[in-house]
Amino acid sequence: MSKLLEVKNLRVSYHTYAGEVQSVRGIDFEVNEGETLAIVGESGCGKTVTAKSLMRLIQIPPGEIKEGSEILYKGKDILKMNQEQLRHFRGAEISMIFQDPMTSLNPTMTIGKQIAESLIIHRNMKKKEAMNEAIKMLKLVNIPNAERRVKQYPHEFSGGMRQRAMIAIALACIPKILVADEPTTALDVTIQAQIMDLIKDLQDKLGTAVVLITHDLGVVADVADRIQVMYAGKIIERGNTDEMFYNPKHPYTWALLQSVPRLETGHKDSLYSIKGTPPDLVKPPIGCPFAPRCDYAMEICKQEMPEATIITESHQALCWLQHPNAPKVEVPFGIGGEN
Amino acid sequence: MSGNEDLIIVKNLKKYFQVGKNETLKAVDDVSFVIKKGETLGLVGESGCGKTTCGRTVMGLYPATDGEVLFNGVNIHGLKGKAKRDFCRNAQIIFQDPYASLNPRMTVGDIIGEGIDIHKLYSGQKKAEKIQEVLQMVGLNKEHASRFPHEFSGGQRQRIGIARALAIEPKFIVCDEPISALDVSIQAQVVNLLIKLQKELGLTYLFIAHDLSMVKHISDRVGVMYLGKLVELAPSGILYENPLHPYTKALLSSIPVADPIQSKSKNRIMLEGEVPSPINTKPGCGFVQRCKYAMDCCKGETPELKEIKPEHFVACHLLK
Repeated sequence: MSKLLEVKNLRVSYHTYAGEVQSVRGIDFEVNEGETLAIVGESGCGKTVTAKSLMRLIQIPPGEIKEGSEILYKGKDILKMNQEQLRHFRGAEISMIFQDPMTSLNPTMTIGKQIAESLIIHRNMKKKEAMNEAIKMLKLVNIPNAERRVKQYPHEFSGGMRQRAMIAIALACIPKILVADEPTTALDVTIQAQIMDLIKDLQDKLGTAVVLITHDLGVVADVADRIQVMYAGKIIERGNTDEMFYNPKHPYTWALLQSVPRLETGHKDSLYSIKGTPPDLVKPPIGCPFAPRCDYAMEICKQEMPEATIITESHQALCWLQHPNAPKVEVPFGIGGEN
Repeated sequence: MSGNEDLIIVKNLKKYFQVGKNETLKAVDDVSFVIKKGETLGLVGESGCGKTTCGRTVMGLYPATDGEVLFNGVNIHGLKGKAKRDFCRNAQIIFQDPYASLNPRMTVGDIIGEGIDIHKLYSGQKKAEKIQEVLQMVGLNKEHASRFPHEFSGGQRQRIGIARALAIEPKFIVCDEPISALDVSIQAQVVNLLIKLQKELGLTYLFIAHDLSMVKHISDRVGVMYLGKLVELAPSGILYENPLHPYTKALLSSIPVADPIQSKSKNRIMLEGEVPSPINTKPGCGFVQRCKYAMDCCKGETPELKEIKPEHFVACHLLK
C-alpha cells in the first residue's frame, strides 16, 4: 500500500481569552491508499481539530498551525498551498462529512444543487450533466426516488437521509480520502448501522481511504483497519484493529475499551467509568497527560512524557509501563486476549 | 429490590397532536404499562417513536388525549391546585440536553433552589444546606452553587440537572435520554450515579433512551416502542436474551460490538428504510413495511399486546 497522506509534527493552538489552548501537540501519522484509519478519543482530545487540519479548515485566527507542522498529500504540503490551489484540492482530493447533518447542509439550496456544485467546479460539467450525475450519486447512497429527491431541500429529509446526502456530496468527485468526523453520533443505532455499512460499501466500490473520527470504540471494531487513540492532543497508542482490541498496551485504551457498555455485563453492576476529566490544555502537564486519571500512575509519569515504545511494526504506545524497568501490570479483565 | 406495589399505572394512554386540517399525529397510541415502586422501567425506540412524548405525558407535562395515568391510585390528568402541586413534588424529570435545560442566567444554587421555593420546603439556612446536600449527593462541590451553568462540562451539567430533580425529594423521576448527549466515558459516570441514588433513596425511574446497552444495564424491565405503540415489554434479561418481536430483534442486532471478531461474525439483521410518518397512520401493524415476516393480516389488523410468556408481552401476529 502506498502512502497517500503524511502528517508530520502537527501542532495546532487556539488563542482564547483564557490563554493559548494547545489542542494538538505534535502528532505524526499517515494514511494509506484505500484503508480505514480510525481516530478515537473523548471530547476535547483534539480529534476534530486534527480532521479539520487535513482539509485546512482551521480558522486563523483564533486558530494557529504552528511552525514546523507538515501535512504532505502525495508529497505536496497542504499547509503551504495558496487559496487557488486549496480550491482545487478540497472536495476533489480530500472531502469531509460532519457530525451534524442537520446544520451542515445549506438550507436554501436543493440537495441536487449542493451535489452538482462540486461537480461543476472540479470536473467542469455542464449544469444538466451535473444534475444527472447528482441523481446517480443519490442512487449510490441508497436514497429512494432519487429523481424526485434531487429537487428537494434539506428540511424535507430525515436525519439519516441527510447524512446520506452529505456522503453523496462528499463523494461526488470521487476523492482519494474521505474524512468522516463522528458521522453517526447524531443518529439512531439502526440508522448508524445503515450509514456505517454504506461507508464500507462505497469504500469498496470507489477505493477511497477513510479517516473515521469517533468517541465510540464499538463503532470502529468492524470497519477500521488501523486505530489511533488520542488523548490531550497526542496520539498515545496506535496499532491495527486486532492489536488494539486484543492486545492494548496503554491504560487509557484499556479504560476506553472498558467503558463501552456490553450486553453481557451484569444487571445494575457498577459500570466502569474513567474518573476525573481530561487536563486543561491551556497548561498541559509536563508528564503523561493521563497520569492524574490513571490507576497505574508512577512517580515518573507525572514528571516526564514517555517516549513511544515500539511493540510491533504497526503497534506503538506512549506509556512508562512499557519501560523494561516498569512493574508488570495485569491487563484488567474483560479486554484483551482472555475474552 | 422492587416492591410489589404499583406506583404508576398507565392505562390506554393516547396523545395526539393536531398538525394540519385533517392530519393527526399519533405520538402515543394506546399504551399501557405499570411501574412498580423502586423499579426502573426502560423505554427504547428510534427517534420519532413517541418515547419522549410518552414520558412527558406520564409526567403530566402534556395533557393526555385519552386514557389515564394513575400515581398512587389517583389519575394525574385533571388534577388542579394543591393536588397538582403535590403530584409535581413527587415526580420530576431529567432532560436530554444538559446545555438547553439549565437557565444560563441563574446560578446553580438558584436552579436547584427554585423547586424548594415553589413547594415551600425550606428557607434561609436550611435551604442552603439542602442545596449543598444534593450537590454533594451528585458528586459536585458545595462551592459550585454560586457558579453559572456555562462554567461546567456536559457531564457536570447533567449532574446539576439530577441535583435539581432530587432537591424536592421526589419518589418518581423520568429520565429522558439523560446520557445521549454525553461521551461514552462520561455516560458510565452518570448511569452509575443514577443507580447509586436509586439504591440510597428508593427512587422509581422511567428511563427513556435509544442506547440499548445502557438501558439493559439500568432497567428492571424494558419496553420497546414503535410508531407510538408498545410492541414488546419484558424483564430486561429476558428481552435481551430472547426477543420475540421482529423489530426488537433488528434493534438489538444493530448495536455495535467492541470486538472485531465478534462483530464480523455477527449475523446482523439490517433494517431497511426508516420509521414511517406517524401522521394519519393506517390500521394494522406499524412495522409491516419493514418486517420481513409480514403476512396479510398484519396490514389490516392491529396486533394487541399479549402476554406470550409470563411477564413477557408482545404485540405481533406471528406469536399466538
